[in-house]
Amino acid sequence: MSTEQIEGSLGVAKAVALCHPGVVCAYPISPQTHIVENLGKFVKGGALKNCDYLNVESEFAAISVSIGSSAGGLRTYTATASQGLLFMTEGIYNASGLGLPIVMTVASRAIGGPINIWNDHSDSLSQRDSGWLQLFCESNQDALDTHIMAFKIAETVGLPVMVCMDGFVLTHAFERLELPTQEQVDAFLPEYEPREYLTPKDPVSLGSMVGPEAFTEVRFLQQRKMAKAVHVIESVTEEYRKITGHHSGGLLDCYKCDDADIKLIIMGSTVGTAKDEVDRMRKAGIKVGIISLKAFRPFPYEALRKAIGDTKLVVCVERAFSFGGRGIICPEVKRAMEGTSCEVKTAIAGLGGRAIFGTTINGIVKAALDGKFKDEMTWFDIDSRVLNSYTKDGEGVTFPEGPLSDSQLKASVN
Amino acid sequence: MLEKIKFYQTGSNTVGNRLLNPSMRAIQASVDRPNGLTSGHRACQGCGEALGARYAIDAAMRATGGQIMVVNATGCLEVFSTPYPESAWRLPWMHSLFGNAAAVGSGLAAAAQIRAQKAGETSVPRVIAQGGDGGTTDIGMGCLSGMFDRNDDVLYICYDNQAYMNTGVQRSSATPPSARTATTMPIGEKPGADWGKGKDVPLIAMAHGIPYVATATVADLRDLEAKVTKAMSFHGARYIQILVPCPLGWGLASNVTVTAARLAIETGFYPIFEAEYGKVTSVRKIRQKQPVTNFLKIQRRYAHLLKKNADPNTVARLQAMCDQNIRDFGLLEGTDPVAVPAAIQAYERAETI
Repeated sequence: MSTEQIEGSLGVAKAVALCHPGVVCAYPISPQTHIVENLGKFVKGGALKNCDYLNVESEFAAISVSIGSSAGGLRTYTATASQGLLFMTEGIYNASGLGLPIVMTVASRAIGGPINIWNDHSDSLSQRDSGWLQLFCESNQDALDTHIMAFKIAETVGLPVMVCMDGFVLTHAFERLELPTQEQVDAFLPEYEPREYLTPKDPVSLGSMVGPEAFTEVRFLQQRKMAKAVHVIESVTEEYRKITGHHSGGLLDCYKCDDADIKLIIMGSTVGTAKDEVDRMRKAGIKVGIISLKAFRPFPYEALRKAIGDTKLVVCVERAFSFGGRGIICPEVKRAMEGTSCEVKTAIAGLGGRAIFGTTINGIVKAALDGKFKDEMTWFDIDSRVLNSYTKDGEGVTFPEGPLSDSQLKASVN
Repeated sequence: MLEKIKFYQTGSNTVGNRLLNPSMRAIQASVDRPNGLTSGHRACQGCGEALGARYAIDAAMRATGGQIMVVNATGCLEVFSTPYPESAWRLPWMHSLFGNAAAVGSGLAAAAQIRAQKAGETSVPRVIAQGGDGGTTDIGMGCLSGMFDRNDDVLYICYDNQAYMNTGVQRSSATPPSARTATTMPIGEKPGADWGKGKDVPLIAMAHGIPYVATATVADLRDLEAKVTKAMSFHGARYIQILVPCPLGWGLASNVTVTAARLAIETGFYPIFEAEYGKVTSVRKIRQKQPVTNFLKIQRRYAHLLKKNADPNTVARLQAMCDQNIRDFGLLEGTDPVAVPAAIQAYERAETI
């Protein structure tokens, strides 16, 4: 194993190279660019052999080339973010429908308009119904390891995997990273042997038209693969941890959850910030724990119910929401806790790159414990001065200092 | 080119058969033909696309010893050939989306190359991506241009029936002026498709400087086979556009598909040529020049042009368009194509403004 102080994107590129993909497709969009740039260097320099590196003309082409190469029987990797992920959407659904085990990094970034290149989860979560597995990463070490696991999970289940790592916060951060050796990865991840691929040796037709007589059944079987994926993620994680000793991956991870009065559910890099704050709050006698949600699709309902246990108060710190609806993680957690008296709330924070500090986490926990989260959803980190500069003159509406609850928002339009 | 052959009947005991070199026999004339697209599919009676696809794919199979894989864009050809759980394809075939066949082809070609490289095999399966004119000239244009740009080893075949037939005959950028479609209705002052719109994808393909570009029709199937065979002798990006009349969309009797295609050639409506590395290298000459009305009158999509109260100028302009093609591409015996043929839309636009 080698330890290096490197950028997250380089770490991920090295991890992907250790998996020996046959095709890497590149189209530039911030903040994923450094990953594919590094992979291009490995291919062109000869360090990554038997790999074709294709510069394509759009993300739609990137996913389409990936579909072709995966259907042609190669381990396939690409990366994107934000608008690029949306531009891929038609191919995203197609890839999962065809059962192609493509691995793709989503360097999570907000969606425009207004255009915004910074990190939140609105891009990846917009694809939650696409039939891809979605694995979120806490740190660059987690991201590096999760990519290696993702190939094995994808190929075992027969579905594509999105590895979601926070744009800039992780992709551009320099950290001390430990890379497994080639021997370790080879022992963990054997050469890709597709169950079915396009070859004149054994001609098949892929992607035929399915009518009402079998479409429901096709969808049922796809959902069945997702159910299988829950177990595969667990077993692959266990195996990987044994080989490397790295505590990465998994369906979810608990931090100081025993005896906690309140648990925060967080996805991605915010978990690291929150852990430091939890340590401080624990010293001050506040019993708070964190559940780092690693797998969003498949959603680990059972594991989460177990992790929440008999805690009565849960707040999901959400970096995306559903327009005209509410939070995206919260309703899933409520489903997991159906039939219990556990209260589940959403605190919206960290949209479009607004930093979530320890103080933000501290504020969320205290507000929750003080019973200030009356509604299911609260705009926690919001600047009312910015709002008022628009609504006061135009509509005569003034918002009090934040946080703002959902009912305050609704009342403002009455 | 096959102009010199005066006897066209093969595979029988007629005199012409004996005069032909057996290697000149149509691939479809052999009982051992590959039958890449086999019978039993659900194409309409008289479908030009099914005919074109069968000849093109079999010619490619013959040229590569069966080492062909096909990526098909969404469209009639995809729908009528693969209703689950049936497939009419006797070769590796896949369908992904409407607008991405060229890019999926690029990925598949890369996969074939790398897999062969890893296995130490010298024979690398070749890839054909194919689609209708909508999937090619409109929604698939970005991916097509990208594949040309990278010069990926893919032959792209466009089956051009000049509209979106699968969705019910809507206008595409390959729809000719004045033609009736469901979205260019034959009503109002200017019935049918607008003049001065559309694009010439063979010329666009040539502008990429790719190794081989050709046009063909289902009226001249030996010419089509020869062009596909030639295309397979090149590596890199190649483009063949085949005019495939659609009885349903054009309002043709289903027994005149081939006649309609032949008239498209003989009127100069559809120039048939080959180009290598951006330059025209051969032109299929008109054998017996026909007035454009002979092409128009057998199709209901042009019926509004030939009514008693129709504006005679429209037919005259269509005739002028054909004459422009004849001049630009040197379609008459004894004439030569100009160095850089202009897209016929240039003529339309110049006329419109």
